[in-house]
Amino acid sequence: MIRVGVFVCWCGSNIGGIVDVPRVAKEAARFPYVAHSMDYKYTCSEPGQKMIIEAIKKYKLNRVVIASCSPRLHEPTFRKTIARAGLNPYLLEMVNIREQCSWVHAKEPDQATAKAIDLVRMAVAKAIHLKPLYEGSIPVTKKALVIGGGIAGIQAALDIADAGYRVILVEREPTIGGKMVMLDKTFPTLDCSACISTPKMVAVAQHPNIELLTYAEVTGVTGFIGNFSVTVRQKARYVDHSKCTGCGTCWGKCPQKVPSEFDLNMGTRKAIYIPFPQAVPNKPCIDAASCRRITEQKCGVCAKVCPVGAINYEDRDKILQLEVGAIVIATGYDLFDWTTAYGEYGYGKFPDVITGLQFERMVNASGPTGGKIVRPSDGKEPKNVVFIKCVGSRDEAKGKAYCSRVCCLYTAKHAHQVLEKIPGSQAFVFYMDVRAPGKAYEEFYQRTVDEGARYIRGRVSKICRQGDKLLVKGADTLLGTQVEIEADLVVLATAMIPSRNSRQLAQVVGFSTDKDGFFQEAHPKLRPVEAGTAGIFLAGSCQGPKDIPDTVAQGGAAAVKVCALFAKQEIATDPMIAEVNEALCTGCLNCREVCPYKAIKRKTIPDKARGQAAERTVARVNSSLCQGCGCCASSCRSGAINLNGFTDEQIMSAVKASLQHQRLLTNRQ
Amino acid sequence: MKYAYFPGCCDHTSAKEYDISTRAVCKNLGIELIDIPDWSCCGSTPGHSTSHLLGVALSARNLALVEEMGLDCTASCAACYQRLALANMEMKNDMKLCEKINCITGKPYHGGVKVKSIVEVVAELGPEQITARVLKPLENLKMAVYYGCLMVRPKEIQVDDPENPQIIDKLMRTVGGEVVDWSYKTECCGGGLAISNEDIVLRLTNKILKEAVDAGVNCIVTACPLCHFNLDMRQKKINKIFGTNYHLPVFYFTQLIGLATGLKPGELSLETHFVDTREVIKLIA
Ligand SMILES: Cc1cc2nc3c(=O)[nH]c(=O)nc-3n(C[C@H](O)[C@H](O)[C@H](O)COP(=O)(O)OP(=O)(O)OC[C@H]3O[C@@H](n4cnc5c(N)ncnc54)[C@H](O)[C@@H]3O)c2cc1C
Repeated sequence: MIRVGVFVCWCGSNIGGIVDVPRVAKEAARFPYVAHSMDYKYTCSEPGQKMIIEAIKKYKLNRVVIASCSPRLHEPTFRKTIARAGLNPYLLEMVNIREQCSWVHAKEPDQATAKAIDLVRMAVAKAIHLKPLYEGSIPVTKKALVIGGGIAGIQAALDIADAGYRVILVEREPTIGGKMVMLDKTFPTLDCSACISTPKMVAVAQHPNIELLTYAEVTGVTGFIGNFSVTVRQKARYVDHSKCTGCGTCWGKCPQKVPSEFDLNMGTRKAIYIPFPQAVPNKPCIDAASCRRITEQKCGVCAKVCPVGAINYEDRDKILQLEVGAIVIATGYDLFDWTTAYGEYGYGKFPDVITGLQFERMVNASGPTGGKIVRPSDGKEPKNVVFIKCVGSRDEAKGKAYCSRVCCLYTAKHAHQVLEKIPGSQAFVFYMDVRAPGKAYEEFYQRTVDEGARYIRGRVSKICRQGDKLLVKGADTLLGTQVEIEADLVVLATAMIPSRNSRQLAQVVGFSTDKDGFFQEAHPKLRPVEAGTAGIFLAGSCQGPKDIPDTVAQGGAAAVKVCALFAKQEIATDPMIAEVNEALCTGCLNCREVCPYKAIKRKTIPDKARGQAAERTVARVNSSLCQGCGCCASSCRSGAINLNGFTDEQIMSAVKASLQHQRLLTNRQ
Repeated sequence: MKYAYFPGCCDHTSAKEYDISTRAVCKNLGIELIDIPDWSCCGSTPGHSTSHLLGVALSARNLALVEEMGLDCTASCAACYQRLALANMEMKNDMKLCEKINCITGKPYHGGVKVKSIVEVVAELGPEQITARVLKPLENLKMAVYYGCLMVRPKEIQVDDPENPQIIDKLMRTVGGEVVDWSYKTECCGGGLAISNEDIVLRLTNKILKEAVDAGVNCIVTACPLCHFNLDMRQKKINKIFGTNYHLPVFYFTQLIGLATGLKPGELSLETHFVDTREVIKLIA
């Protein structure tokens, strides 16, 4: 005998302020099979849960319908509740009368209540057909892959490794460190960026639990949480690192100079190089496109001078196959290419208009100018420096709608550095708003203002050449005037955007990106470091613009999630997945085409109808890969696939209940 | 190539040179321009700044006339082009407005015509076709091409990039001239403020002239009657007020293409400028 219990939640005034909750409970009491119906202020609270458990026992309930908030929020809570009362946790049906009724229909309470009653009616009709479901379990490979070796990836790798698990860190550049090692000093404390990041880089290289793969990229991922199979392409370095001692003779003698990526083309490096002196690993690679031995069969100096014979011009890319249980994505950011969008700033044709990151390299003692701030055009020290914020950020017409979060603070840092390093200099900062909402951030900004930086609220409309200087024209919207500043150097705070090729990486690994191309977290508030796909975690600026403190915090958080996964011998699998009725399946495999998780495989079974010798094809669902999205079920022409918890029978009963009631109402009129 | 031609009011008065040279050059290059019968003023800035409906209605009426001709439309004046093109876009995209306007004009129009600036029409010929007609390449002419505001703004109807337009620069290079890269291509000359607030126009125009001179040019090229008016006619006054000594001929781009393709100065009305053009023209071999 089916006995349904209905619990309607007020959610304080969230639902109860709009929807007539007692009425919903009263109506529900009259629905078929409902043995008990009641309302309560906070159903998810401890007394609320206790009340459910008592009701289940008292009224011998064997199906539970809870009308409250989104199942994304409290379905796991209530599953556990009814399990405590001895019911199978999947005999629960949730109705979302908060997001779907009170919040969206706040201005029409009567209709909100009517809709809530309808939704509960449907849920009860569906609940009658619920079947107990049982979780499976799969083993976990206790080894993590971290993609991206910026400060986010470094932090995550170190934390996982320190907890005793093995980590493989894959970085596509020849060194780890990301943007942080390029910076000079870091706000708000102004401590030296290299001094706090290079020790961590070294710790990665020396950690017994970390395997470092630089100059490498992930090209394929298959499998599922606890059991990923990863393909990595290790790019040819042409230097055998097992022999190389990093003595530096080769790059000392190499005659081929090319612009240095690490110095953002403001300095040079050799064709055989390490990106900067503290690089990890501290051994070189050859940039094949610039090497004359590789492109023209000439030169060969590095091989001649190498004392240990580590140079190998015949080196080829290698493909590596790795097995891991969890993946942390930490691929960071790139900067918006302003030269394609900002014609008013000269489309990049004025050498003395540079980006903030170029400025960082310039003030950095180990940078291309040895720490001197100069004009790239003539090497002279600038007196008037203009900073323009929000270049590509908060500017939908030319760039992105979002705020890049770090520019206000690093511009304050740069203005401070100009005033400190160049006597008699002036720093002008054009801004829209100053956003300094971090610990000690506002104070940091105020300090720069107190030092004499001139903050001008307004946009720059044009930069013109004026003799050997630049004329910066803009608006001061507080004074309501136009301003013109003769500048020696202009520094643009360009927007942070997802690192190049991150969309492809998301496709390869199998998770989603948001509207701006940053990686999408599972829940913006409650699951910020998990991707939508189980077993994949996010850290740092690949998930959205952020500064170093937030990045490091996320790296640690992602590591904890990985460790929590690895602490289990086996993990439970969700039973709400697709199931194939082989008797009905025609083997068309349409389902395989539409499955976003590659969870459907071909399977051959004996064809009973045509005797033992004959065989036929059917679809098979890999229960570990299936995420229960239901694409296959709705595409199946023969109705052979059902989604557990959302079977055709369950959904049709809900629809029928609603339609029959509507007909009743129409007939009555 | 055949276009319905909207000459506009300036081209009949202060900018006669532009009209004359446009017709002569188009004829020479095989572009047939047919005057729109019974066309009326586009309203220009005074029109649309008085009333949005008035601004759109004036142009919509002209476009309805063009539609009857079964041709696409071109205008030489930058302001006329902008008014026609904007009204055209609004009539196409805003059904409600379109209905209202059609009630006002009594001449139903729904945005079926294409509107192009004469600059685009000439540029569409392509460099080969134009080069083939060049008889006297504009050697020794070093020019600052000045686009002004109306041809490149707003975005929906811009003829070229608003910050660094190239379309006329390319045409001038095609006919053998040397163009400089300068920052004032699309700075405002003050436009119609000439009438209500001359001080502003003198100041803005002075800046443009100064930049052009600093860039080392011997002439300015434009495609807008009002820009031409301010740059050419006001030079004398600017010299007097600001103590400058400009003597910089200002040409319409059509006049220079005309010269390069063998038309005589008289056919291009080169003698009706305020700043004498003869010295500079002599530079062309
Ligand atoms: C001019 C400027 C100044 C700044 N100053 C400060 C400051 O003073 N204080 C502060 O707190 N913050 C500052 N920031 C912000 C700071 O740079 C970031 O918060 C931080 O670098 C983010 O680290 P990350 O690891 O997320 O990303 P990144 O540093 O970008 O690291 C990402 C790493 O992943 C690698 N990678 C990318 N794609 C792949 C792939 N497919 N496979 C393998 N590897 C990949 C990259 O090569 C890189 O090494 C500044 C930023 C800028 C632009």
